[in-house]
Amino acid sequence: MSTDTLTLGAASPEPIAGLKQRLRRAERRRKLLYGALIAPLALFLLVAFLWPIGALLMRSIDNPEVRGVLPQTLAILDTWSEDDLPPAEAYAALASELASYKGTPELGGAAKRLNRETPGYRSLIMKTARKMPLAEGVDPQGALMTIDSRWSDVDIWHTIKRTGTPYTAFYMLSALDLDIHADGSLSATPPEEAIYLDILARTFWMSLIVAVCCLLLGFPVAYLMATLPQDKSNTLMIFVLLPFWTSVLVRVAAWIVLLQNEGLVNQALMALGITDAPLQLVFNRTGVYIAMVHILLPFMVLPLYSVMKGISPVYMRAAMSLGCPPFKSFWKVYFPQTLPGIGAGTLLVFIICMGYYITPALLGGPQEQMVSYFIAFYTNQTINWGMAAALSTVLLAATLVLYVFYARRLGANQAPAGR
Amino acid sequence: MQPIADPIVTFRHVQKSYDGENLIVKDLNLDVAQGEFLTLLGPSGSGKTTCLMMLAGFETPTSGEICLDGQRIDTVPPHKRGIGMVFQNYALFPHMTVGENLRFPLAVRKLPAGEIDAKVKRALEMVQLQEFASRYPQQLSGGQQQRIALARALVFEPKLVLMDEPLGALDKQLREHMQLEIKHIHQSLGVTFVFVTHDQGEALTMSDRIAVFDKGIIQQIDRPDALYDAPANAFVASFIGENNALDGHIEHDDGDSCGVRLADGSFLKAANGGVGRAGEAAMLSIRPERVRIVADAEGANRLPAQVEELIYLGDHLRIRLRVAGNTNFTVKTPVSRLERSPGAGQNVHVEIAPEHIRALTPMPA
Repeated sequence: MSTDTLTLGAASPEPIAGLKQRLRRAERRRKLLYGALIAPLALFLLVAFLWPIGALLMRSIDNPEVRGVLPQTLAILDTWSEDDLPPAEAYAALASELASYKGTPELGGAAKRLNRETPGYRSLIMKTARKMPLAEGVDPQGALMTIDSRWSDVDIWHTIKRTGTPYTAFYMLSALDLDIHADGSLSATPPEEAIYLDILARTFWMSLIVAVCCLLLGFPVAYLMATLPQDKSNTLMIFVLLPFWTSVLVRVAAWIVLLQNEGLVNQALMALGITDAPLQLVFNRTGVYIAMVHILLPFMVLPLYSVMKGISPVYMRAAMSLGCPPFKSFWKVYFPQTLPGIGAGTLLVFIICMGYYITPALLGGPQEQMVSYFIAFYTNQTINWGMAAALSTVLLAATLVLYVFYARRLGANQAPAGR
Repeated sequence: MQPIADPIVTFRHVQKSYDGENLIVKDLNLDVAQGEFLTLLGPSGSGKTTCLMMLAGFETPTSGEICLDGQRIDTVPPHKRGIGMVFQNYALFPHMTVGENLRFPLAVRKLPAGEIDAKVKRALEMVQLQEFASRYPQQLSGGQQQRIALARALVFEPKLVLMDEPLGALDKQLREHMQLEIKHIHQSLGVTFVFVTHDQGEALTMSDRIAVFDKGIIQQIDRPDALYDAPANAFVASFIGENNALDGHIEHDDGDSCGVRLADGSFLKAANGGVGRAGEAAMLSIRPERVRIVADAEGANRLPAQVEELIYLGDHLRIRLRVAGNTNFTVKTPVSRLERSPGAGQNVHVEIAPEHIRALTPMPA
């Protein structure tokens, strides 16, 4: 040991290499310890959060239905030239597979999947399956063509081949209002059928309005809280947090009671003579905005307050001592320093809004439903997991893009910290 | 002090109360001369910062009037006063670069761009930070931030610059360096500086005059040497520099000098610092470096003393003595002046020339 330290002083390379090893070993031990500390939470998140989300999102490109029912047919279609009718073996395989899955839910699922691609396919499959199995010695090709003439249509076979891939872009494209054609080309869904882009735009727009309203209402409150003495700002803070401690459902129900035609607000307005007839304040966009702004206001006030609390009042004094009038001082010196808070608050409110479901569902009409409503619709009502997952993916991607954009902007605007 | 001719700032009977019960500033009368470096010195809560803030316009006097250049300013909002100010933690705008910080007061005054550039450049040269214009304040060291804050307060050429403990956040060495630098900038510009600090060393180093504040009243206002050598009262004596206090009673009053009988019966001749008549209590103020340690009692103004402790400080020696009941009587003596250093517990005598003992009215308890 003592010789070690002696040679170290002489700057010989050998003991330094030993030192590096020792350092690495110590570092590794520390990293392992850190890893062990966060391992339970990481594992929990993986099992209860990341994996289910990943699995759900996979459903947006997953394509198991046709593949599960018609594997042999698809195997034969693999070598098919696609220009004219498939070989007779394909008809035989289809007939035997339809016969074996006749009456099962799997066949129903596959028929539904095919129907999404080409309307009328479901009845074709069901009709054909009912006639199965074929009698011994019958030519399957001729028999199928007799059951329904559509089996002699090349496009009908294209649909089977197309829907038989393990993965499909069909749901994702539908969620973006795009149609895929038999030849693989894309086109915009005709306007009368296109709905999702509009709904996405509506989701963005409503979230933006709510975020801006929260900012306009929350900024003065946060400023007041940051400038008042501690005891008074604490009291104010309780009022800001109060809505946090009540269930969203209760608050939405309360808004319905308050805002309905015979509700408190309308009665007060009429009693004051401001209006003669009750205003329509609920089951339309006004009601959704009122309730969402109310629910999300704390998410704006808290980040703003925490940023403003850190801005010394001396900056305003300094600006005034340099000859700047009070309001201009606020605008030029105080306000720019609140931008991180404004960014964080707006982003927080905006992102929470994007996924809002209950409030628009209860307080809005059909024109106020946002993307989440359709995700719920597809999961609960039509059991179309592919569509639900595709819309979720679009929503998640939009949110992530927004977040990355914000992080970039903030990173560029902020002065490099530290000395 | 005689009244100052043509003062730039005058405070007349200014009072300030925050709670309506206690006056933090009681009847302040103060003239600031053109071009001087005036320091407001005092312990915290003495009212010095309140005075500065009233002058800057961030506090309003409860009564009285403040004039700048003969104009009453106590109702003028701060941004119209045209007074430069350096704040305690610099208050450089963190979202602006150094250059933008310096441009700010000029841009607010809507100066032409060319003139702004020239002035910013000159201000940066004055504090020798030309190459830092595009940095952000957080990227500078404490001393550099301090200099930028000073440059920003001076760049719009105010007639008066206020500083509120601007060196408090710096370490000792840098603080001493900045004291000289600020002093030199003051000398070269001829602008009037009003400086607030609680550090008496800082005040002595930099100021033309010092106003010593305590309990909302100016206790004494004078040149640094006069404050040190001739403190007007017991508070100033103890607040500025090191001070040995001995309590006694006036035995006879001879105008400029007086005789004082100490509590233990010994007698000292002292300079009269404005004490009352014979028989009244007096506090003797003695600076540690004015005391000579001698072996015997043969001579005028000598007192018996016992050595309590010796502290060796390289260039000088601090000796803690017990003198006339005061166990904390400190003597500072250069090592070279002592033939033979006394040991702890030894009995010696101290000699103090009468002109270096100041008899003052004791502080009310």
